[in-house]
Amino acid sequence: MKLSQIAKKLALTVKAGETGLDAEVTGGYAGDLLSCAMAGAHKGNLWVTLQGHLNIVAIASLDELAGIIVTENKPIAQDTLAKAAEEGIPILATPLTTFEIVGRLWEMGVRT
Amino acid sequence: MTVSEVYKAQELVYELKVGEIMTRRVLTVTPDMTMHQVKNLMRDSRISGLPVLVGEKLVGIVSIEDLIVTMERGELETSVSEHMTIGVYTISEDESVIQALNKFTKTRVGRLPVVSRAGKLVGIITPDDITRGVLKALQVAYHEEEIRRYRASHLFEDIASDQTKLLLTYAVPPRDFNRAGRASSQLKLALGRLGVDPRIVRRVAIAAYEAEMNIVIHSSNGGHICAEVTAERIVVQAIDQGPGIADVAQALQAGYSTAPDWIREMGFGAGMGFTNIRNCVDEFALESSLDKGTRLQAVVYLHLGEVLPDEAKPDR
Repeated sequence: MKLSQIAKKLALTVKAGETGLDAEVTGGYAGDLLSCAMAGAHKGNLWVTLQGHLNIVAIASLDELAGIIVTENKPIAQDTLAKAAEEGIPILATPLTTFEIVGRLWEMGVRT
Repeated sequence: MTVSEVYKAQELVYELKVGEIMTRRVLTVTPDMTMHQVKNLMRDSRISGLPVLVGEKLVGIVSIEDLIVTMERGELETSVSEHMTIGVYTISEDESVIQALNKFTKTRVGRLPVVSRAGKLVGIITPDDITRGVLKALQVAYHEEEIRRYRASHLFEDIASDQTKLLLTYAVPPRDFNRAGRASSQLKLALGRLGVDPRIVRRVAIAAYEAEMNIVIHSSNGGHICAEVTAERIVVQAIDQGPGIADVAQALQAGYSTAPDWIREMGFGAGMGFTNIRNCVDEFALESSLDKGTRLQAVVYLHLGEVLPDEAKPDR
């Protein structure tokens, strides 16, 4: 499933990195600890987190993730969005909690 | 074009500046010239619009549409000032191509005079210039990356010696979270260009990132990440001069962390760094003392795919 389809279905707001929305999502990872995300997420995965600072882009770039969903409308730093745009990594925002988003993703068939 | 090339083109419209792709040699006219002269200039130079200048000041633009109206009315001998468009849309030479595209869409003009910050006319840009400029930049970018990849991937074959080593060193400043991750992402890019298997690149990149973050978070004065690459293995070293680790055995336990709260709030300090590194690499060594600082060494062998199949995944 393409990230753009997921964004549409879950009514996610695209905050940055539109150029990467065409990516095929291969699975997902949820969590806010960067070390765990880096070790647990794999290429093409969608990462669901509460973190909004710059280093989430570094992790997504190292792991070649399809994108990042920031939940509970947590504020996302301006430099995070700038870096994400530069790297072409989509950052998507939602008012829902991580628990709810992951549940819906799973229902849609995004599974690891 | 492949999908990734399309993305690259999209990036380029943000990166490329108007000044880089505009036409620099601009033909101009003055307000007192006749429309007859304009007609000849347009015909001879095959252009469809001319900026109108008084001295160095841009006062208007006269287009082929203006000329047609003039000809219909039989007023070719009247002056430019009577027919030019005043209140010209312009664009600055340091604006990006995407801004120019937006301006073309919004104003529906066919050309935009380009002005310097001082307001001086320095060029002119049309949608044609944009198409040509982006295609050219795309070709250059693609070609450059191909060449880099080719050169780097043949390094170990092309350079004859009994033992060729490539040493990559990156400085890591302390507590700079804006630059954090730079060393490991540059190392990752370099290994990719060297033609290293992507699964191995991932393992080295994870180890390097964790080690880099340790230096960013904990070191007093920063440190270095060094990667020694040979045809057989990659040795990553992370070195700092202090403050050192009081109890190395304790620090190696999964979940143990000394990171302060403000760092934990950013998602670091999970106490999983050393565990992650150990799970990714073939050999791991950590030396530290409170007076000398910390030296971490991690080795990944390039031809041990059968020992660590697929991607290293730490079991938590």
